[in-house]
This record gives sequence, structure tokens and C-alpha cells, in this order.
Amino acid sequence: MITLDQELARRARELAAHVGRPVVQLARSHTTTSVERALLRLAGLSGADADGVPWANHLVGQVVDQVGLEHGVALPVWDALCRHEAGDLHELAAKSAIGSVRFRLPDADAVAPVRRAAREAVTRGIARIDARRRERERMVAGIGDAPRKPWIYLIVATGDIHEDIPQAQAAARAGADVIAVIRSTGQSLLDYVPEGATREGFAGTYATQENFRLMRAALDETSRELGRYVRLTNYASGLCMPEIAVLAGLERLDMMLNDSMYGILFRDINPLRTFVDQRFSRQVHARAGIIINTGEDNYLTTSDAVAEAHTVTTSQLLNEYFAKEAGLADWQLGLGHAFEIDPAIPDSFRLELAHALLARTLFPDAPLKWMPPTRHMTGDVFHGYLLDGFFNLAGVLTGQSILLVGMMTEAVVTPWLSDRDLALRNVRYVLDATGSLGEDFRPVPGGFIASRAHRVLEEAVHLLERIDGNAAGLLGAIGDGTFGQMRRPPSGGRGGDGVAPRSELHYNPAEELLEPSRPAAHGHEEER
Amino acid sequence: MTLIRPYGDTTGDGMVQLSFTLPLPHDRVAEGAALQLARRMGMEPAMLAHARPVGPAHTFCVVYGSVTHLVDTESVTVVARDHPLLAPAEVNAEIKRLLRRRLVVVGACIGTDAHTVGIDAILNIKGCAGEKGLEYYREIKVVNLGAQVAVDQLVDRARAEEADAVLVSQVVTQRDAHLINTRALAAAFEAAYPPGRRPALVVGGPRFDEAMAAELGVDRIFARGTTPGDVASYLVHRIATARGDIRASA
Repeated sequence: MITLDQELARRARELAAHVGRPVVQLARSHTTTSVERALLRLAGLSGADADGVPWANHLVGQVVDQVGLEHGVALPVWDALCRHEAGDLHELAAKSAIGSVRFRLPDADAVAPVRRAAREAVTRGIARIDARRRERERMVAGIGDAPRKPWIYLIVATGDIHEDIPQAQAAARAGADVIAVIRSTGQSLLDYVPEGATREGFAGTYATQENFRLMRAALDETSRELGRYVRLTNYASGLCMPEIAVLAGLERLDMMLNDSMYGILFRDINPLRTFVDQRFSRQVHARAGIIINTGEDNYLTTSDAVAEAHTVTTSQLLNEYFAKEAGLADWQLGLGHAFEIDPAIPDSFRLELAHALLARTLFPDAPLKWMPPTRHMTGDVFHGYLLDGFFNLAGVLTGQSILLVGMMTEAVVTPWLSDRDLALRNVRYVLDATGSLGEDFRPVPGGFIASRAHRVLEEAVHLLERIDGNAAGLLGAIGDGTFGQMRRPPSGGRGGDGVAPRSELHYNPAEELLEPSRPAAHGHEEER
Repeated sequence: MTLIRPYGDTTGDGMVQLSFTLPLPHDRVAEGAALQLARRMGMEPAMLAHARPVGPAHTFCVVYGSVTHLVDTESVTVVARDHPLLAPAEVNAEIKRLLRRRLVVVGACIGTDAHTVGIDAILNIKGCAGEKGLEYYREIKVVNLGAQVAVDQLVDRARAEEADAVLVSQVVTQRDAHLINTRALAAAFEAAYPPGRRPALVVGGPRFDEAMAAELGVDRIFARGTTPGDVASYLVHRIATARGDIRASA
């Protein structure tokens, strides 16, 4: 709808790749406790002890204490299994939890069979994820897909999975195409994944494998009833991002929030930990056919949406680079952006259109995620309803793909039944009244909207050049407060103690099997 | 004595609007129930302006009507500001005069709360409502610990920084998390410092009742609409009164 300077766009992508590449190298040369736990979950280890501590945490904790993290857990764990220390992973974890297993690295001549055993176990897990992906494809084809774009995305957040389910089903019946079960606010900083069906959460419901399963089953039922496949979203972020990604793949979740820098900036998680966990979780999402949603909208909740618009574009470009490097395809890149400009600014709506069109034009094949106003929702619900209407209109006009439904009671209460109903009526009215207006919407070349879009892209390129010029690269730029005005030094943040540089012996069969660009059979040769 | 009623378009008409959802399918019973509820809430006469089903088992209602209640404004109690509102330059000058060093403020969102919007609006130089945040004040040293900080961590850092004041914001209120967290905060600081020596504890968030400070064991609560200047002025007042210097608190 607008014409971008192709040379500038090419330069932006080139810079993003240049800035991102050293970070990918870091991710490839380190491992984390959470990646190792994700590996065990892929190999079939689930459940927790009587105190709720997951077996995956017990097993990784024991291996780290005895052998260290740097070699990965696959060799010590399957070495123990090959030595018949236990009959299976569960038993091994239970035994290790009471300190009755000695872990070691296998002798050089025993490495090959140990590797093979680990690889076989993980292959079975990946086959389960593949089966779930095929199941989704069959269901979408058989039941039917969402009738139109944008997909209508609604959040459910009661804290109790058994309350969430009827609310999610009601939202789907009322027109939602995507249901997101928002997580309990504390979860991103938990260094374990809770177990079982949960009924206690703060401003959200814990992400657990059982909660995933229950909600997906309920929405499958509703999908059949409605004749359209209703998608389910959760959050692969925080300290357990790789494990949550695996659980999402195993339980056929359809979309996952998964931003390359969100945890660093907004949760103060160690930068290296985040980038290592990110890469693995994106590899899993790529394989599982999951659409990721990135979190650029968050920058605008702390920074000015006009002055800092280019940080959104910059982050989208970085997210695109990291996502593709990990094997995700364009159709899986739900890059985020938001309607957060102060409505008191003259021409605020035109600026919103310019920013939204920039994203649409720069990433033509990505299912862009369009986020509603939050920052300028003041508690004046009447004004908020109007603002949400304009947000919906901007979404339609600029061809956004996933529209998160704004609530007029944002900043007042967690949405009530009636809030959701009113919000959906707002969306439906705008879609029905203006659905194809995009066809008639042709901003004048060189006019206000086109020039603004160009300028934001230019500023993004300048910012990428500055990051590229930082002696410490992207990590240095994050430390300097480049994004969301948050300063996060590379050595700071939570979870840094769960990161280790890989040793020569490090082996992670999951990564080898998920590596997109190389034939898996030769993967371990190149791992070194 | 001043008695008032809500104002629709005529003084004393008492008109209010009210919306709610009833757990009933939309039918005559639901509409009657809505009117009965409105009457019991003091709306007389009540008019059901709008009712529509929300799914098969709920009805959304909008009621207009005149309330019979009166409010005597003299019986309204508010937490009045008992100190002057100072400009940043005045705040800096007062701190210099009273402390002869910078005032140290440690801020955080505690417990499970990840919403740093409030604390950032007060602390970040960016500020809010056209006012710069406390970082902008030359005589205030700001240590912003960010989101989801454990209370123990906050106590340790406050001690290490020799904080004069600790600012905590709480947005999440589900299951009274904000009240539970605030009590835990007060208890931890009382336990960690000698009696009367702990830093000023200031808590803020959109859903707090400003009158609950004493009950929750903190020095001051700020509710919706608070600006950095409000907080800075209060902090100056607090040091001045703590030191028996009444000049700033006049």
C-alpha cells in the first residue's frame, strides 16, 4: 500500500543479520539448564515429586552438581541408563533425587552407543511433535479455518484453568479465532514448569502441560461445534522458555509468544541465558508448526510511541533474523506492534497508520500481530471504547493479520464477560462496516503517511548502524538501554548461573535433530 | 452543610447510569430483575435503557435512573495533602539543606507483580503527566530494581544503599495481592531495622485506598493520578518531620 525504498529495506536486513550473527554464535556455543531440561522433556520425562519439583529439574540439577553443565546432560544421563542405573528416565530422576546415582561422562569408546540411545529417545519425542503438527493440519483442513483475516485474538485470564475453559469456549463462540491463556505474572521468573491442572494464579493461569492439554481438548470440542479451528496461544518466555516450547509442541498449541529480547528487557533475565533459550525454543516452534508472536508492543508501553517507533522496527528486523536463522518460515512470524501513540497528539491516527503500514510493507508475508492501546487507556471506559474502535479500523485499513481485541476496561479490571462482549461487537462492527476498505486506501506517495513510514525505517537503519558500531555489539547496546529505555548489562539479570559455555564433548541430540540447515545425520560432526 | 445529588441535566435530578451483567438468559425475568436491583440500589424511578444477551445464560443491562441518596460533602473524608507541593528546584534545595547529601530512593515492583508502569512513571526521568521522574532531581539518587523483586532482596538493597525511602508500586490486585505484598513489605522492614530507623515506606498503585497506610504498616500510600512531584514533595516533608524541622512541612 506504500512503496518503501527497497535499498533501505535491504540495508536494514543486512544490518540486522550482521548484528545478530555474533549472538547466534554465542547461542550455539553455550547451553543452559532450561535447554537441558527441555531435552529431557522431549525424551519423555514429565511429572514432579510430591513437593511439585519437576523430575526434569531434579535430574538436571544432579548432573550439573556431579558432572557440570558444560557437557550437556545427554551423555551423563544416557550413560547412566546404558549402565542400567535405572530402567527409564523417571526412575533415574527419582533415584538421582535421593542421591543414589553416580553420573559421569562415558569413556571414549562408550560415547557412540550412549549418543545413539539419547538420540533415539529424543527422536521419539520429536516424532510426537510432528504427529501433533500433522493433526493440526488435518483439523484445519477438515473442520475449517478462521473465516477471515485479521484473526480475532482474545485473552482469558482467571488464574483457574477450570474457569478459563468455559470463558475461552464462550469467547470462541462469540467470534474469537485465537484464545490466549495469559500466564500468572510470577511464572516467567520461576526456574521450573509447574505441574498439573492449576486453580491458583495471579492475573493469569500457570502454563503447565496439563493446563495446555485441558484447554486444547476443550477448544477442539468447540472448534468442531463451530466448524472452524480455534487456535490456542501461550507464552514461551521467561526462565523456562525452551521447556514451555516443547510442551506447546507436544500439546498442539498453535501460537506462542516468543520474543528474542523481551525477557532481557522486561523481566531482567540474563541476556546470554535468553538468547540461548530463545534459539532452542524457536527451533522447537519451527518444527511444531507454531506461529510465534514477538513482543515489540511492550517497548511502547515504556517509551514514547512516536519518538521510539523505530525501536519497534529494529526489534522486528532482529526478531525476523533470529527466527529465520532458527528455521521459522515467514508464515510463522507474528511480529508485534501496537497502537500506543498518545491520542492527544495531532495526527496521532495518521502516525499509527504510517507505522502499521511500514510493518505490513516491510514484512509482507508475516502474520503481523496488532496490539491495542493500553498506555493511554485511563479508566475512562467511554473514551477507551472509541480508541479501541480506531485501533480496529487501523488494523483493517493496514491489513494486520492477528488483532488482539482491546478492552475498554484496560487499566481498570481484568476483563468482565460484558467487556469482552462489547469489545467483540466493536471489532465486528468495524470489520463488517469497513472490511475491504484497504482496497480503497492508497496513501499519497510522498504524503504524510508514506514519508513518516520512510523516516521510521531510516531511523531504524541508523539505530542498527549504531548497534553494529557498538564494540560489544547487540549485548552492549542492550546494556546501554537502547530498547524500551531499559539498561540490561550482559552480566546482569536472573538465570545467569544456569548458563555454561559448551565443552568439546557437549552433546544435545535435540538440537542436532532440529537444526534446519544441515542434514541431521551429520549434525554431531559439525557440532564441534 | 452542603447536600448534593448526581447531576444529569438539571440540578438535583440525581441521574446516574449503571451497567452490569446478570447470570440469567435474556427474557422478561432478567429485565425485571435488573430493574429490581436498580431500585434496591436506590434508583427510583429506574429505566432499563438497554438489555441484550451475552451468550445463552447472561444478560447485559444498562439502567438509567434517579438515585434517592444525598451526600453531605462535609461528611466526606479524604487524605488531604498536609504538606506543600514543591517544584523540583525547591525539592533539591530542601534536601540539600536538610540532609547535606543526596536523598536515596530505592524502588521496585515486589512479589509477582511485573507491571513496572507505575514505578517507572514515578522514577524514570521520563516521568508522567508532563512531570519528570525522580531521576531528574539532582539531589535524589534513584535505584530502580524493576519488576518481581523479592521483599528480602529489596531489604538487602535498601540497607546496602542506605536508603532514605523505599518506593513500591503494585498494579496486580487479583486476590488482594497488593495488600498481602504491602503487609509483607512492612513486616520485613520492621524486622530488619532497629525500631524507628527504617526508611520511609511509600506504596503506590491504581487500586489502593490512600487511607489504608497505617493499617498496612507503611508511611504513605499513593493512588491513581499521583505524579513524581507529589512523591518528591512528600519525601521532603517526611525527612523534615522526622528531623523535627518544620520549615518544609509548614
